[in-house]
Amino acid sequence: MSFQKSKFHHPRLPVNDLGLNYRDYEGALSTLCAGCGHDAITSAIVQACFELSLPPHKVAKMSGIGCSSKAPNYFLNKAHGFNTVHGRMPSVTTGANLANRELTYLAMSGDGDSASIGLGQFAHVVRRQLNMLYMVANNGVYGLTKGQLAATADRGMKNKVGEQSLFTDIDLCVMALQLGATFVARSFSGDKKQLVPLIKAAISHQGFAFIDIISPCVTFNNHPDSTRSYDYVHEHITTAAVTDFVPVKKEITSDCAEGICEDICLHDGSLMRIHKLQADYETKNAMKAIVDIETHKKKGEILTGLFYLDTNGEHYHEINNTTDTPLNELNQDALCPGSRILSGINDSFR
Amino acid sequence: MNEPSKHGANEPYSINCQAINNFVVRFANTNGTGSASSNNMFAKAILRMGIPVSAKNIFPSNIQGLPTWYEVRISEDNYLARRSGSPEIVVAMNAQSLAEDIASVANGGFLLYDSSRALTDSQFRKNISYLAIPISAICQKEYQDPRHRQLFKNVIYIGALAALLNIEFDVLKSLVADQFKGKDKLITPNIYALELGYQYANQHFTCPLSIKVERRDLVENRIMVDGNTACGLGAVYGGATVVGWYPITPSTSVVEKFSSYCQRLRIDPASGKRNYALVQAEDELAAIGIAIGASWNGARSFTATSGPGISLMTEFLGLAYFAEIPLVLINVQRAGPSTGMPTRTQQSDVLTCAYASHGDTKHILLFPQDPTECFEFTALSFDLADQLQTPVIIMSDLDLGMNDHLCSEFTWDDKQQYQLGKVLSEKQLDEVKDYGRYKDTDGDGICYRTIPGTHPDKGAFFTRGTSRNEYAGYTENSTEYVANMDRLDKKFVTASLLVPQAEIIEGKKTAAVGLIYFGTSSHAIDESRQQLKDHGLAIDTLRIKAFPFNNQISGFIERHHHSFVIEQNRDGQMRTLLMNELNIDPAKLNAILNYDGLPITSTFIVEKVLNTLALQQKIQVS
Repeated sequence: MSFQKSKFHHPRLPVNDLGLNYRDYEGALSTLCAGCGHDAITSAIVQACFELSLPPHKVAKMSGIGCSSKAPNYFLNKAHGFNTVHGRMPSVTTGANLANRELTYLAMSGDGDSASIGLGQFAHVVRRQLNMLYMVANNGVYGLTKGQLAATADRGMKNKVGEQSLFTDIDLCVMALQLGATFVARSFSGDKKQLVPLIKAAISHQGFAFIDIISPCVTFNNHPDSTRSYDYVHEHITTAAVTDFVPVKKEITSDCAEGICEDICLHDGSLMRIHKLQADYETKNAMKAIVDIETHKKKGEILTGLFYLDTNGEHYHEINNTTDTPLNELNQDALCPGSRILSGINDSFR
Repeated sequence: MNEPSKHGANEPYSINCQAINNFVVRFANTNGTGSASSNNMFAKAILRMGIPVSAKNIFPSNIQGLPTWYEVRISEDNYLARRSGSPEIVVAMNAQSLAEDIASVANGGFLLYDSSRALTDSQFRKNISYLAIPISAICQKEYQDPRHRQLFKNVIYIGALAALLNIEFDVLKSLVADQFKGKDKLITPNIYALELGYQYANQHFTCPLSIKVERRDLVENRIMVDGNTACGLGAVYGGATVVGWYPITPSTSVVEKFSSYCQRLRIDPASGKRNYALVQAEDELAAIGIAIGASWNGARSFTATSGPGISLMTEFLGLAYFAEIPLVLINVQRAGPSTGMPTRTQQSDVLTCAYASHGDTKHILLFPQDPTECFEFTALSFDLADQLQTPVIIMSDLDLGMNDHLCSEFTWDDKQQYQLGKVLSEKQLDEVKDYGRYKDTDGDGICYRTIPGTHPDKGAFFTRGTSRNEYAGYTENSTEYVANMDRLDKKFVTASLLVPQAEIIEGKKTAAVGLIYFGTSSHAIDESRQQLKDHGLAIDTLRIKAFPFNNQISGFIERHHHSFVIEQNRDGQMRTLLMNELNIDPAKLNAILNYDGLPITSTFIVEKVLNTLALQQKIQVS
């Protein structure tokens, strides 16, 4: 079942540039477990879209199958959503994006959906440089089938019933970096301060943006042996830089000493402001990002933050040289060559 | 050089075949040697002389080095199916298959071969004539480049055949000019090679032979083209803009042709940008996912595949059926199961496509008989998919898709408008009071769609494969689930009235025998009709053009004492589908099943009909 939220709200709720309030960006009531990390991600998405003043109906919410993929039902009620088949959200999103290049594609997937059944589709949508935001709610277990280990679970980690993860874990950020994604970040559902600016920047980014979001499963993966529990993540998280999103037309007020601060201009004119916490932090070196992620992992730490950003990369439609008008708006005159041309084609078969 | 004159055409047998415009030529080549374009030129030359012709490529799943055959049937009677029996002329260019090729010549027929290497005594048959041409030796002498020495062999034997069979040399010259348009440097050397063969034959044999062609005016405005080209072009005319695909024989050229026509016809004149997007996906799962995503978002899109790809696409087909997303899928069938015979033809995906996916699913199938219908049905399938909000599968096959067929020219009515079905605009949404994505307001089982991004406040819904209520809300309520499933069934009844109706040919007096057939089997039907008439048996026919069926078909079966379902698979899949969907008594439907991977022949059909009737008579008598 899904339950709609009451539309009742405080009359003086703040509004954004479109005159919409925060509640206008919400979805149905969540039926996920109380305390699920995914609900925190949902609220970060709602906040990011509200603050960006995105017209909700110009967003397409895409997902596969699993707990993570139920989440799009819980944000942006005024946007169309598509809960596809398991592991195949990337191909459906590809088709949707090719049909209409003007919508914002917000995709939610999970560790099973992206790192197991959909690993091939994940890899190829990265290669294709589809202009979309691909978020993985990563909890290391299969929630809807009650707690089996996922391919992102750290090797050696035990699930709730004591079964151990015997094989090498898959790091989707490392894969995305290797396959040429132009925006790669990792965050934590419990760190909204970090997550919201990352989502806003990823939406503003033109190209394939990937955020792996550690999102603890309170029901099946929140025990002491887990490396994806709230306690474990809080204790082992480390951040290379604090990022802030500065929208277009907003004056930059936070002061920032040179050398420890970097501004990256995004396509729509907004800025990604980065406060470096680690001296050797940089955003333009994918190979180094891979080494950093692996080095921290060896130390038992989960590195989060923006790993890589390339604002010059071409996305699919630029590579394909697709016409500017969305393909789904082209009418018969633009699409059908007509009878005169057909008679010439007939002659070529004589 | 010309040693086998003891059996040469200069001393024709009294038993030599005699035929004008009615014989079969088989070319035996090695694949990867460039023979295809020369052989095609041969068939086209006969076409341009106004004589009906059909050509079948019988080729291996291989790129280079294995035997491949090209069979051209020339028929003044307009019989365009593969003919059974032995060819009157075999052009033997492949040492690997030579013994087989010599044996395949009809008694009194001719073997044209490369005599640069002498045949052994055992390779001489007494009842055929040998046309010895030292083709390799000629090439060795004329050309330096090893590539030319290989390629021009093919052109030389075509030149020789022109003299032997009375093909007008000017027609060949004009074909060369057409073929190398824009690469003019290649025209003269090709004509020179044709001349080499032509002169050699004229000097060494009595030309023309006792089998030959004569100019006629029987082609009229027909064209010769393969079904895959027609499907690709049909998709351009039908307004497809997004394609996801994965290469698989024999469907690959559907998308390749779509792509090449788009490069010509779908470039925005102002910006030079593409009015289409085509993705070669990582597999068939992604290929159909792309097509579904695009259709969901309001663009016309399709994918093309063959048997193994259909297997991979079935989960998505279930989603598209249940979530009610338009989709066009072109299935160019090949011989299965599993990898089967990838380069041989069959109609063996009928059941798998009709009911593809888990749960209660049914899909619309269209069965084109020739390239003309490949073009028409593909263009039409986009209208049907949009109107019915469900997958439409075009059931082509390898014979149709990859072989050239003589067929009516393509036509397009410029006044005809795309039928986009029930899609609500922003304005219409403003007027609708109580919008529900899955509400059957018109009672035909088809509900109103909205496209993402249409309206700021109204019409958005969550598409999913799980059960939902009329407002697209998730539900596991039994009553709502059953109501939805029943509505989908109702939609299928609506579909049965929208799809192309069966083609029925019945005499003034209903015949005792009715033949039911579909797709490429149709080429053998006219010929079967004549042959059965020669046996004193009149027949009526019904050609199925689409699934779902309606009572038109059950009526035909009712009216005929003996009904036969002719199909190209082992298990009688169409027969099963007819029995299942129309509640037909199995005893009423005889099966004629050809599943050897080669296109069905009239001889096969006629034999089966006569044998079955004789057997049934015997049973009645005893």
